[in-house]
Amino acid sequence: MHEFRVQVGPAAFRIGSAWRAPIAQMAELYRDYPHPDFTDFTVRLEPAGWLRRWLRPSVAIGGDYMLPDAAPLPLAQGLLAAEMAMNLQMALGWRRHLLLHASAVERDGRVLVMTGQSGSGKSTLSALLGARGWRFMGDEFVLLDPESGDAVPFPRLISLKNSAIAAMQASAPDARFGPLLDGTPKGDIRHMVPPSDAIARMGQGGAPALLLFPRYGYPGAVREVAPGETFMRLTQASTNYVALGEAGFTALTRFVTSVPSRAIDYQSGEEAVALVEKLWERLA
Amino acid sequence: MSRDAMLLVDALREPASTCGLDAQGWAALLSMARAERLVGTLAARLASEAVPGRVAQTLADARTDAGYQRRAALWEADCARRALADYDGKVVLLKGTAYVAAGLTAGEGRHIGDLDILVAREDLPQVEAALLAAGWEWVKPDPYDDAYYRDHMHELPPLIHRTRDRMIDVHHTILPLTARRTPDAVGMMVDAVYLPSRLREGLGVGPRSSIAVSGPPPTPPASGRGELCALSQPDMVCHSVAHLLADGELDGGLRNLWDIHCLLSEFAGADFWTQLRERASHHQLAEPVGRAVRLAHQLYGTEIPQDWMGQHWQDRYYAARMTARDGWGRQTRKLLRLAFYIRSHWLRMPPLMLARHLWVKWRKGQASA
Repeated sequence: MHEFRVQVGPAAFRIGSAWRAPIAQMAELYRDYPHPDFTDFTVRLEPAGWLRRWLRPSVAIGGDYMLPDAAPLPLAQGLLAAEMAMNLQMALGWRRHLLLHASAVERDGRVLVMTGQSGSGKSTLSALLGARGWRFMGDEFVLLDPESGDAVPFPRLISLKNSAIAAMQASAPDARFGPLLDGTPKGDIRHMVPPSDAIARMGQGGAPALLLFPRYGYPGAVREVAPGETFMRLTQASTNYVALGEAGFTALTRFVTSVPSRAIDYQSGEEAVALVEKLWERLA
Repeated sequence: MSRDAMLLVDALREPASTCGLDAQGWAALLSMARAERLVGTLAARLASEAVPGRVAQTLADARTDAGYQRRAALWEADCARRALADYDGKVVLLKGTAYVAAGLTAGEGRHIGDLDILVAREDLPQVEAALLAAGWEWVKPDPYDDAYYRDHMHELPPLIHRTRDRMIDVHHTILPLTARRTPDAVGMMVDAVYLPSRLREGLGVGPRSSIAVSGPPPTPPASGRGELCALSQPDMVCHSVAHLLADGELDGGLRNLWDIHCLLSEFAGADFWTQLRERASHHQLAEPVGRAVRLAHQLYGTEIPQDWMGQHWQDRYYAARMTARDGWGRQTRKLLRLAFYIRSHWLRMPPLMLARHLWVKWRKGQASA
């Protein structure tokens, strides 16, 4: 096994791969992250069948926690396989925080959380804001500390999809990008290394101040979302709400009663950024 | 025998053995424990050990998760109890749910998946109807599989609850009907003991309960209706052994053997060992029970009486199969695993029947491909 260790926010991973290429790509993209001795989770990239190490090599997504029916990926998408496996370890194994499937950015110690289905644009929006004076905290998971109520960063590589790739390359020309992975189950994917302050300050959380439910592709609009609805939508957006029991309920109740929330529709990144700034000014 | 998962075995048997582990060792131990679904058990065993900071947090996560699994299992058992409130016969909890409901050490930190219950075979239609009415539905609506389960297996085809998404396995005996050994399920039902009814509040019970202490079993409630049972102490061990050695291919063997280690250690006493000997031969399980007792002693250091000691030349293959797991959490010893896989089918059914079963399954696979 080729091995690589990396820490993202509070979580440390050990990645083992039957091939060198995915490990080399990770080592390059994660070069500024800490490389810890002790790890929380193990991720394995292994041949999907006994011939698949050499012949049309194909990566089975494995690790401490696995989905029984996860489809293998071609070796060219090994980096994506590793990222998916790391997300899976968090979703199924992390119990120290309430995990929300959301992106987040921070300003003046206060955190903007954005959640929504895949395709809502929460990932792209967090990357855009990260290039415009906000601190990027994560595009996949926001971790809520049950003790303090703070949002803790999980700034893994930003996963850009399809049209967002060119948009971000234009917005952040100095950023480092991984290889273009075309023809993945989610279309074209390209990973982007988060801005350096996101990595340097990945141990610092902040108090959540505003929650947005962005939706891409609809004429610009803002709607209020009542705490009851927010609560229900966040239980759906959390991978460990049920497993945390009372601690999860308490953390989520505190979040929805102290953080204002809005649903926003938008048709372009520029429009969304302007909308976010306006709401932040007024509500946070 | 190469070491492989002996690292995990050692940590469970002697928690202090982990004090010399470096970062690499801990990563290997945690991956093995997760793969064997023993990480909650390991976390419970290491609760008072000094471990590196990050490891302590990982183990705390595992304890949180085990707490959730225990809560969910007891809740699910209580849902089944309510669904069967009008049923007069005994409803016996099996495996993980029984261990936590009875407050046994085998339940501490244990991973619990499906709910397993045992009821009298002649009452299956009534129990099935009550569960279907309460929201459970069939997982595989396939006529061949359904008929196969009903004609040859020791349980109904699995049911899953429509809204809670949890499975229930309704057993009427403890080994497939086609297996070479035929345990006395009726006798097990007769001897099954009532659990304290605090379970009714879904809260479970304290660390020790009636089933754990020796002495007469608790008197059943006035009617017995709407109460849950667990197997008697010796039958509980017999079932656990049947599950480990007389059925299946020893996947998850380390966890099942840990159950057996805990049960034996907790039930130990002169009477118990005599009763176990008697019940094991009564259920045609003398040989597997003897082997499981020896293996528990060899791997986990279970204290066993002199006359249960000994060594059979095959024991080492069982131990090697159970520890076939490396520090990345991968299965090892492919040939040995294959041998045990073939053995599991050999034990389950006569060769001609096996051939027919595999033929039908293969044709179905072709048709759906």
